[in-house]
Amino acid sequence: MTQLHVQEKSVPVLEIENLSQRFGGLTAIANFNIALGENDLTGLIGPNGAGKTTVFNLVSGFYQPSEGEIRIGGTPIAKLKPHQVTAMGVARTFQNIRLWSDMTVLDNIRVAQHYRLGYGFFHSILRSKTYQQREAEITKEANNLLEVFDLIRYRDEFPGNLPYGTQRKLEIARALSVHPKLLLLDEPAAGLNSNDIQDLIRLIRWIHNTFDVSIWMIEHHMDVMMELCNHIKVIDFGETIAEGSPEEIRKHPAVISAYLGDDTL
Amino acid sequence: MLRRYSVHMFLALLGFVLVYLAYNELVNLYILSILMFMGVNIILSASLNLVNGYMGEFSCGHAGFMCVGAYVSSMLGVLLFAKDKVFGLPLLSPEFALYAFPVLIFAGGVAAAFAGLLVAIPSYKTRGDYLAIITIAANYIIISGIENISYIGGSRGFMGMKRLIRSMEDVVDLPWMLIWVFLFTIFSIWILRRYLSSTFGKGVSAICQDEVAAEIMSVNTNKIKTITFMLSSGLAGIAGGLFAYILGYVNPGSFNILKSTEVLVMVYLGGMGSLSGSVLSAIFFTVLLEVLRPLQIIKWVVIPLLLIILMQFRPEGIMGNRELGDIFPWLKRFYRFK
Ligand SMILES: Nc1ncnc2c1ncn2[C@@H]1O[C@H](COP(=O)(O)OP(=O)(O)O)[C@@H](O)[C@H]1O
Ligand SMILES: [Mg+2]
Repeated sequence: MTQLHVQEKSVPVLEIENLSQRFGGLTAIANFNIALGENDLTGLIGPNGAGKTTVFNLVSGFYQPSEGEIRIGGTPIAKLKPHQVTAMGVARTFQNIRLWSDMTVLDNIRVAQHYRLGYGFFHSILRSKTYQQREAEITKEANNLLEVFDLIRYRDEFPGNLPYGTQRKLEIARALSVHPKLLLLDEPAAGLNSNDIQDLIRLIRWIHNTFDVSIWMIEHHMDVMMELCNHIKVIDFGETIAEGSPEEIRKHPAVISAYLGDDTL
Repeated sequence: MLRRYSVHMFLALLGFVLVYLAYNELVNLYILSILMFMGVNIILSASLNLVNGYMGEFSCGHAGFMCVGAYVSSMLGVLLFAKDKVFGLPLLSPEFALYAFPVLIFAGGVAAAFAGLLVAIPSYKTRGDYLAIITIAANYIIISGIENISYIGGSRGFMGMKRLIRSMEDVVDLPWMLIWVFLFTIFSIWILRRYLSSTFGKGVSAICQDEVAAEIMSVNTNKIKTITFMLSSGLAGIAGGLFAYILGYVNPGSFNILKSTEVLVMVYLGGMGSLSGSVLSAIFFTVLLEVLRPLQIIKWVVIPLLLIILMQFRPEGIMGNRELGDIFPWLKRFYRFK
């Protein structure tokens, strides 16, 4: 009994094996491997154009990989559409914020529950019992999420009217309304001032402690990574050049030379 | 309570007044036909707004779907309920025409909805200008297809629908066409309004504002596009069916690109993403067309000129993307519209 339980637990949330992605003649990602456990907080770093966002795009089902396999909770995602991958529990934010600008904050959160609406076109027209019940639940859940993220006062605002840091936070909240098992954050600190960055660090740690979610983040601000991550992977020109704990990475000669002349480290 | 039913009561009153005026012949047939074309135009502009305004695609072949609806409901009606030189004697007794009429119109709508797949399926992979070209192609395919079927009249057209209207009036003497147009117009707005205000239907706006984000945030974008294109073309088919029965005959020439352009003008005039804008502009545009009728072909100089002026000075249209209730908040005290 206990053994079975342990075995169930040990299926990684995300496994990537021998992943390669080529765009024409350019190899954006070569032979990439990783396994993320249930409550990990992992980092992915590398110079600009190293292929970090490409990895996230592959994991969210946006490209079909040239080679290799990606498994979510043990299930391969090859041939799945991005919305189906999301429904399996993979949510993400984007390097440049992609909120729906003409939808209220509340609607941004509600629409991200699309895969589990539980009703379709005819229910929406007939306003059936199912429809009314589900809409009420969806709205309630969205309100709760906004409440715990301290965004409830912006409920009826449009995202464009919010401060930049708040938009970043809203995008993370929207990702969490998917109920993800895996949360991908693509440069969440980009464009934030140092105060906002401290808030962001607290926010990510709070999410990590509160929600049952494995977090994988890309970030250029090394202080953020050092403070949050327990494991970091470094890529350059699509190749993995180092991995390990934040301290190991900081001292790693390959990392230092990859970042040579780059003052972000 | 009053607020909740005020829209219903207003519409019931409006319907009653219209029928009363028509029944007692207090308005002449010309005015009556303009009123009915207003209804048809409201359905057309509101349904095209769903695709062009709410979903952010650029469809310019709306009249093609209208044509499918017009032919299917006309042919089905004549086949079943009227004596005709193409289909011979009616298959059913003409008295039933009255009860079957909504079914005929719906059948046209369903056929047009499936014709909408002609655009919906390419839209999975294509966007913007390229999809716009596909919509024009779809319009041409439909028109030319029908022009080449000589069995149903080819480019000369198809007629016999007036007989159905007469048999409806023989059963119960009421201005039936006016009633049906009125009801179907309300039905169309009602369905659009409900679809777009549901979280499900807001997937349409999500696609418009950021399709990548929509797909990544679990919106099945292909499914939403299919439903949206089918709903839009299906409603155009309903409008087409009504149009055919109002005129009493159809010919493919009345559903060419010029007709599609007319609908586009109404959508842009009213405001992208505003249902009340579409309704208001359809009413305004129908009247404008009649006022300009004496100018004959010159009207196609005047109307595009108006469009140019509009795009210069108020590109967002009369209403922008807002509804009546957003512009006049006091109105909201009087109604709740679902
Ligand atoms: N869709 C694409 N088509 C062609 N090249 C791409 C595409 N996406 C990314 N690339 C290229 O792949 C490389 C890695 O890009 P990216 O993953 O965005 O880097 P980063 O590590 O800065 O996030 C870059 O050279 C980029 O130009
Ligand atoms: Mg990137």
